[in-house]
Amino acid sequence: MARSPATGRSRRLAFALLFALVALLAFAGAAFGDAISPESGGSPNADEIDSLYKLVFVVAAVIFVGVEGALVYSLVKFRARKGAVPAQIRGNTRLEVGWTVGAALILVVLAAFTFAKLGDIRNPPNSGPNGLQLADSGALFASGPTKKLPPNGKSLNVCVNGQQYVWRYTYANDCANAPLSSVFSYQEMVVPVDTTVTLDIEAQDVAHSWWIPKLGGKFDAIPGYTNHTWFKIPGKLAGQVFTGQCAEMCGRNHANMTAQVRAVTPPEYEKWLDTRKADIKAADDAAAQQRKQIEQQTP
Amino acid sequence: MAATTEQALTPVPQIVARRVEPERTGWTSWVTTTDHKRIGIMYLVLTFVFFILGGTEALLMRLQLSQANNTLLDPKTYNELFTMHGTTMIFLFVVPIMAGFGNYFVPLMIGARDMAYPKLNALSFWLLVAGGLVFYGSIFFNPPECGWTCYPPLSSKAYLPNGGVDAWIFLIHLTGLSSLVGAVNFYTTIANMRAPGMGWGRLPLFVWSILTYAILLIVALPVIAAAVTMLLTDRHFGTHFFDASNGGSPLLWQHLFWFFGHPEVYIMVLPGFGIISEVLPVFARKPIFGYKAIAAATVLIGFLGFLVWAHHMFSTPSPTFVLVFFMLGSFLIAIPTGVKIFNWVATLWRGTIEFKTALLFCVGFIGTFLIGGITGVFLAVFPVDWQLTDTYYVVAHLHYVLMGGAVFGVFAGIYYWFPKITGRLLSEGLGKLSFWLMLVGFHVTFLIQHSLGLDGMPRRIYEYADVGHLELYNLISTVGSFILALGVLVTAVNVIRSAKNGPIAGPDPWKANTLEWFTTSPPPVNNFDVVPYVRSVEPMKDIRRQVERQMAPSEAPPAPVAESAVRA
Repeated sequence: MARSPATGRSRRLAFALLFALVALLAFAGAAFGDAISPESGGSPNADEIDSLYKLVFVVAAVIFVGVEGALVYSLVKFRARKGAVPAQIRGNTRLEVGWTVGAALILVVLAAFTFAKLGDIRNPPNSGPNGLQLADSGALFASGPTKKLPPNGKSLNVCVNGQQYVWRYTYANDCANAPLSSVFSYQEMVVPVDTTVTLDIEAQDVAHSWWIPKLGGKFDAIPGYTNHTWFKIPGKLAGQVFTGQCAEMCGRNHANMTAQVRAVTPPEYEKWLDTRKADIKAADDAAAQQRKQIEQQTP
Repeated sequence: MAATTEQALTPVPQIVARRVEPERTGWTSWVTTTDHKRIGIMYLVLTFVFFILGGTEALLMRLQLSQANNTLLDPKTYNELFTMHGTTMIFLFVVPIMAGFGNYFVPLMIGARDMAYPKLNALSFWLLVAGGLVFYGSIFFNPPECGWTCYPPLSSKAYLPNGGVDAWIFLIHLTGLSSLVGAVNFYTTIANMRAPGMGWGRLPLFVWSILTYAILLIVALPVIAAAVTMLLTDRHFGTHFFDASNGGSPLLWQHLFWFFGHPEVYIMVLPGFGIISEVLPVFARKPIFGYKAIAAATVLIGFLGFLVWAHHMFSTPSPTFVLVFFMLGSFLIAIPTGVKIFNWVATLWRGTIEFKTALLFCVGFIGTFLIGGITGVFLAVFPVDWQLTDTYYVVAHLHYVLMGGAVFGVFAGIYYWFPKITGRLLSEGLGKLSFWLMLVGFHVTFLIQHSLGLDGMPRRIYEYADVGHLELYNLISTVGSFILALGVLVTAVNVIRSAKNGPIAGPDPWKANTLEWFTTSPPPVNNFDVVPYVRSVEPMKDIRRQVERQMAPSEAPPAPVAESAVRA
C-alpha cells in the first residue's frame, strides 16, 4: 500500500498530538499545583487522608506512565509499514501470570498503606494541653462500631442535625436525650482549638452529608441513623473559619446548604457559650412573656 | 393405470399459493419486524437519539455552571436536568445501545439465522420505546428531580409529591423488563444457536461480553424492580419500607439500589470491552493477545461486580470491617480489569497497526479508560473516598469510565460495523475529525473536574460561589463539553451522509476475523446460505486462507478431487 507523504505527515501530527495529550495528563498535576490532592490543614484526619491520597497518587502515576507509555510506544513503533509482518502471537502464559500477580501485589501495597493510616484517620486522639478542659464524660456514652472516642474518653461532643436546608448544632453529650436548655446554633459551629470534637450526625427530613473539606471526609446524615466523625483543630488556627456544604443531594436548595466551623481559643469558646446561653434564655423568656400576653388578651 | 394418466396430465410443478401475504414495505415493515437486524438498527437509531437528548441536557447544565452564581437555570430545572441526563444516558442509551449491537451482531457472529425468540426480541425493543415515552412524557408535566439514584426520603411522596418520581419508577420497570427479556433471549441464543464447531473456546470475545452482560442483567434487574416497586407502594399505598419514622430504612434503598447499580456499571462497560477486543486484533493484524485470559476476566469482573456495591456507600454509617470488605472487593476487581488493559496493549505490540477510525476510538478508549480505572482505585480506598465521594471527582471518574470507556467503545463499534449494517463505508476523514474532537473535548471537560472535586465542589449543585479557581475550572470544563458535542455531531453527520452516499463496502472491507463478515453487506434476511464449520476463534481468517489456496492452486498442495478430474 503506497502512502503519500501528506498522510505520513498527518500521521506524525496525530502522534505529536497524542504525545502532547499524554504529557498534559501526566503533568496536569504540576500545572494545577493546589488542585491535585484533597483539602487538608484543619485537622489530623484530613491531613492523614491527604497524605494517603498522595501515596496512592505516586503508585498510580507510575502505572499511568507505564501503561500509557507502552500504548503510545506500540502505536508509533508498530504502525503498518511496507513489508512489516505482524507477529502471530496468541499469548504468553508466563507474562500474563506475571502481570496478574504484579497487579495484585500493587493492590496489596495500597491496602497496607491504607491500614497503616486508618487508625489515625478513624480514631480521635486526646485533646491537647491547651484545649478545653473537659469533664470525664466517658460514662455517659461509649464508643460503638462507628462511634469512636479519644483514648481518655474525653471529647467535646456536638450533635449535628441536617435539615432542608440548614445545619443545626446542639452542644450536648447525649444527643438523643439532650436537655431542652442545651446551647444550639445554626449554620455556624463554634469550637475551641486543640480540643477533640466528636460529632453525632443525624438528619431531620431527607438525607444530607456533613462535609468541611479541611476538617476531614464526608459523613452522611440519614434519617433513622447516627453517623460519627471527629476533628481537632490545631491551636495556631484559632480565629479561622472553615467552610463546607451539604454533599448529598437534598432538594432544590441543596447548593445553598452551607456550613461553617469557627475555631476559637478555649476562653473565647466559654465566653461564646455563656453569651449563647444568655441569648437563648432571653429569647425563651421573651417568648414566654408573649405567650402570657396572648393568653391574657384572649379570655 | 387411470391414476397414472391423471398424474401425467397434471402440470408439474403444481404450486397452490393461498393466503400468502406480500412482504410489507414502508414503515409498517419496521413496526412489525421480528428480524434481529432490523430490530438492531431500530435500537441503535433510537438509543442514539436518546444520546443526543441526554447530551443536550448535559450541555445546558455545563452552560449554567460556566459562571459562578449563574442565573440561567433555576434550581428546579437544574435538578430535573441532571436527573434526566443520568437516567437517559444509563437506561436509554448505554445499556440499550449495547443490546442494539448485540441484537445485530450476536446471531451473525455465531452463525445463527436469528435470535432464539424473534418475537420476544421485538417485545424488548418496544418495551424500551414505552419506557422512553413514559419518562420523556414527564417533561410536559413534572420531570423527576431526585437524581438518577432517587434516594428516599427525598424521593418519597412527602418531599417530591408530583408524578416525576413515578415516571422514573415506570421507566425503570419498562426498560428493566425490556432488558430482562432481551437478556434471556441473548443467553438462549448464545447457548443454543452457535455454528457447528463453535465451542465456548471459539466464541468471539464480543459474544462473551454480551453473555456476561445478559447474566448480570438477569441477576441484577429483579433487585431494582423490587426496590422501585417498594418505593411506589411507599409513595402511594401506605407502606413504609424506606420511612425511618415508621420503622423503615432509607439505607435499605441504598443497598438494593447499588446491589443493582454496581453490576449496572459492568453491564454498561463489558460490551464496550467486547467491541475493543474484536476491533483491536483486526487493525493490528494480529490475534488477540490472551483470548482465554480476556474471556475469563470478563466473567470474573461480572462475578466480582456483585460483591462491591457498598463502595458507593462509604460515607454512610458503617462499621469499619464493612468498609474494609468493600474496599478489598473493589481492589480485587481492579485485577481482571488491569489484565484486560495489559492484553489490549500486548495485542498492539508487534502488530502492523492500521489507523482506521475504529482503531483510533479503541486506542482512545484504552488511554481514557485507564485513567477512569486508576481514579477508581483512589475511590476504593475508603478514607480517601470520604473526601472524594459526591464531588466532581466522582463525576469525572464515572465519565472516564462510561464516556471514555463505554461510549468510545460504542463509537469504535459504529465505525467498525457500519459497513456491515448499511453496505457502505463511513468517511474516514470525518471519522478522524470526530475522534480528535471527541478525545480532546472529553479530556478538557472531565480532567479538570477532578480538581473541582478536590477543591471542594460537590456534585448536583446548580450554583457555586467563586472560591479559589472554581469558576475558571468550570469554564474550562464547559468549553470542553462543547468541543466534545461537536465531535459527536460530526459522527452523526458522517452516518447520515454515508448511509446513502458512502462508497460500497463489500462483504469484508476490514479483512476481519469473525463470521459476520462472511455474509453480504447488508446481510440477507436469512443471514447465511451456508454456515461454515468453525475451526478457530478467527473463522474468517481460516476461510480467507482457504479461498487464497483455491485461487492459487499452484502454491497449494493439489487437492485429491482435482487430481481425479485431471486423470478423467
